[in-house]
Amino acid sequence: MLDLALSFAISCFALALLLAFWRFLRGPQMADRLLAMDTMVVDVIALLVLYGIRAGTGLGFEVAILLAMTGFVSTLAFCKYLLRGRIIE
Amino acid sequence: MAQIIEIISSLLLVTGGLFGLIGSYGLVRLGEGMQRLHAPTKATTIGVGAVLIAAGLVGGVASKAGLVAGFLFLTAPLTALFLARVHLFRSLPPGAVPPTGTGVDWASRSETP
Amino acid sequence: MRRLYPSPLLSALQILLWVMLAGELTPGVLAMAVLLGTTLPLLTARWWPDRPRPHPLRLMAYLALVLWDVILASIAVARIILFLPQDRIRSAWVVVPVDLPCAEARALLAGTITLTPGTLTADFSEDGKVLLVHALHAPDTKALREEIRTRYEARLKRIFT
Repeated sequence: MLDLALSFAISCFALALLLAFWRFLRGPQMADRLLAMDTMVVDVIALLVLYGIRAGTGLGFEVAILLAMTGFVSTLAFCKYLLRGRIIE
Repeated sequence: MAQIIEIISSLLLVTGGLFGLIGSYGLVRLGEGMQRLHAPTKATTIGVGAVLIAAGLVGGVASKAGLVAGFLFLTAPLTALFLARVHLFRSLPPGAVPPTGTGVDWASRSETP
Repeated sequence: MRRLYPSPLLSALQILLWVMLAGELTPGVLAMAVLLGTTLPLLTARWWPDRPRPHPLRLMAYLALVLWDVILASIAVARIILFLPQDRIRSAWVVVPVDLPCAEARALLAGTITLTPGTLTADFSEDGKVLLVHALHAPDTKALREEIRTRYEARLKRIFT
């Protein structure tokens, strides 16, 4: 049963990733693309964790932590750039 | 006992997947930029949160799953705040939002950071 | 004791985070965690003056309440996304004046608003005393403002006194 639920969750997040990518391509505003990118990062984190459960390793979590951190900082840096034209004030 | 944990985590995985999907569906479906901000910040965050709880139950690394979940819950509002300010600053006309009512302007409108 | 641990809550969080990151509780990990929990708050104390001292138990209770509300909020938002026709979604801007003693409390309130029922903190005034909130679907903005003030702001006031 767990295997079935895992497959279901993986397909859900894969589809979510694709939908977010559609918004990323479509835009129309820069903020929309940025939001789509951020959502894709979160979806990839979920996929990594799900793969970690399926493969039975804890390795996915290390990657997930790193991806969460870099994703957050890069989104914020891009926002700062769009707001002020510079990142470090 | 193991059976119960398996059932609970299966339920969590299914709901988590659904919420993640709903978050992205909202991103595609909603019409205005500000409305679109709502979907991923709430639905996707709770979806990933549910998946991480399930991972903590069956994956054997509960502490790290908790760490990732906590980090995502802490950072989601910040990302949303900054994206909203990008919207306010770049996409919406100055009259689109109501005034503060105290004589001080919104922070994103001010010139001095 | 007070001079060694200027903010006990921060030190405790530091120790907990390190143990969680290590993923195991051995004497070596614990020693490193205590070392970091002692030195880092001491070293960073100068960059964060006037640290607030939140009431720990009330803070825990507040976080539990918010976690519960986040779950309800997600279900509400999911229903709006899935079932409400596009032209019936009433989005609105709500201006919420806040009266909280410190910036940390205001930041916590802004974060709470973003994670709970269909609302999102979009901006704040330059002095930080007014929040600009965007609501995904709010036919009654007055009730929304009241809910934020009574449900979250009042509790935060009691935590940071």
